[in-house]
Amino acid sequence: MITKKIKILIGKPGLDGHDRGAKVTALALRDAGMEVIYTGLHQTVEQIVRAAVQEAVDVVGLSIMSGAHLPICQKLLELMKVEGIQEIPVVVGGVIPKQDIPKLSELGVAGVFPGGTSFDQIVDGINEVAK
Amino acid sequence: MGVAKYIKDEKDSIKEVIYQSGIKVKPVYTPKDLEDVGFEYDNDLGDPGEYPFTRNLHPQGYRSRAWTTRQYTGFGTPQETNERFKLMISHGQTGLNVAFDLPTQMGYDSDDPKALGEVGRVGMAIDSLRDFEIAFDGIPLDHIGSGLTINAVASIMLAMYQAAAEKFGYPKEKISATPQNDILKEMIGRGAWIFPVEQAVRLVGDSIEYSVKELPRCNPVSICGYHIRESGANPAQEIACAFEIAKAYIENVQSRGLAVEDFVGRFSFNLNVFGNLWEQIAKFRAARKLWAKMLKEEYGVQEKKKLFLRGLFGGGGSGLTKEQPENNIMRGAFYALGAALSGAQTTALCSFDEAYTIPTPRAALLSLRTLEIIMDEVGLRDTVDPLAGSYFIETLTKQMETKIQDEMKQIQDVGGMVHAVASGFIQRKVAQQAYEYESGIQKGVYIKVGVNKYALGSEAQTDVELHEYDEQGVDKQIAGLNELRRARDNREVKRLLKELDKAARDGRNVMPLLVDCCRAYATVGEMSGVFRDVFGEWHEPSIF
Repeated sequence: MITKKIKILIGKPGLDGHDRGAKVTALALRDAGMEVIYTGLHQTVEQIVRAAVQEAVDVVGLSIMSGAHLPICQKLLELMKVEGIQEIPVVVGGVIPKQDIPKLSELGVAGVFPGGTSFDQIVDGINEVAK
Repeated sequence: MGVAKYIKDEKDSIKEVIYQSGIKVKPVYTPKDLEDVGFEYDNDLGDPGEYPFTRNLHPQGYRSRAWTTRQYTGFGTPQETNERFKLMISHGQTGLNVAFDLPTQMGYDSDDPKALGEVGRVGMAIDSLRDFEIAFDGIPLDHIGSGLTINAVASIMLAMYQAAAEKFGYPKEKISATPQNDILKEMIGRGAWIFPVEQAVRLVGDSIEYSVKELPRCNPVSICGYHIRESGANPAQEIACAFEIAKAYIENVQSRGLAVEDFVGRFSFNLNVFGNLWEQIAKFRAARKLWAKMLKEEYGVQEKKKLFLRGLFGGGGSGLTKEQPENNIMRGAFYALGAALSGAQTTALCSFDEAYTIPTPRAALLSLRTLEIIMDEVGLRDTVDPLAGSYFIETLTKQMETKIQDEMKQIQDVGGMVHAVASGFIQRKVAQQAYEYESGIQKGVYIKVGVNKYALGSEAQTDVELHEYDEQGVDKQIAGLNELRRARDNREVKRLLKELDKAARDGRNVMPLLVDCCRAYATVGEMSGVFRDVFGEWHEPSIF
């Protein structure tokens, strides 16, 4: 049986320019056999959703270091619904305080990988949500 | 990040030590090592204050003057930031380093749709001159210098600082601002860029040219190896990149007809201290020497003071950990020690809650106290460059010199820093190294206390007091902005913005018009908008 490669979009939403985490994760996921599309910096939520649609990705990943993860994820999930791609799981990484993880889950985020999560855990987590 | 690789045997004896820069360290150093590297006091060191300044820029180092401390500070509204400035100054801080929020850094007003969720979050919101008047109210701008951590719109902020100072009655000749203004490093490792490479470098050149003529006490650029190291570069690469970036700016200003001698003396640097202690110290000593040599031999700079590698050597956040955050207090102390042993003129220290949030007053004060204890209590002011003559440190310094030069050559071989950035060469290299390093941490190749050794597991409680984001401050800021737009002379603003547009298109120095625009209370968004229209936005190259 041939397993289809997971196609994941890694987006850097908003104005935050700290992209080491996004880039390092992108390289790790590529080495783990996924097809990775990295949007680059300063993406609007609209641009990320459009890219997700155009590239027909299996997972949408966001990297957020600035602390604005709750408003950004809320907006993203709402827009994905409008665009009819709400079934694509969304995962988030970055500077995410522990107390915000349940809040993100409530919004509909499928996986949270705060800074320090190992590559293996991220790969396993994405494989899980992409099923 | 930044620690050496230790290869041990089954008895935990260290067999090999390999620094991030690639230098291998021996168990013992003797006078023979100095012979082997061709060490010579006069050529390699010189006395402190003498070319090539390896030991220190000044003959008496900290005996004359303790270091200047500038903790990165700013959040919320200008009012709140003004209060924190005053708090830090009252506790002995001797300079300012201003943090701006992301909308300001990216040239958006606080009510721009793109600013949503970011106003006042990672720094203070600045929309116009009025905000600067609030932020710097009661600060003696003729005594206290202000680092302005701003890059893509540094030209605007420098103009605004001048306008604010003049409003308070300080002549522009007396004020000392250091806009970071290093757009090339943004493109490599910090991400707050807007315009394409060439146009962005032009703006840096405009601000340097203007500053040299009009703002003699300002340091128009603070070239940052710091963020490049934070992004994955090793210490030798950090310096190599900083120097190659400096060359790009030198060449831009030179092309306007200015002699290098006339402006390079105002360049400053922002460099990183974390990871292996000895590697940092050797790095800074080598860097001082190489900078002086480069300016003298390649650019013909003669005057002693203009050969100085002036800079802030500060504790780097990427050395800190989320796990067991109080460990970061100790790490900070060692980074501060490293900075002092390296002869830093100016310093700052990452706070222990770095991995969580911007610093609370408690965390910020702890950092400041660390820096004060180093200077006032444990003997770092006693004598200049105390490690000079050490068989180990002098050998290491010479080796680091070679490493830095090798790295510089690699950048030169791809056509220089502007090309290296525009093509993505540096970014890919740095990202790959960051990935390898992170893999190394996860596999236990590099030891990080609390993370992969002496870890407490995810159930461990880490109670870190968080700086709270103030949503109400945002409303206040936007209300102020709307009021400003109503109250100012909008016709004058419109006219000046049009003039600014013309100057930008014609290739004239935009600084004088920016000062005029600021005085008329044009907003950051409006002035940046003009530049967006004229220059467009950069499309970053792929990382793969």
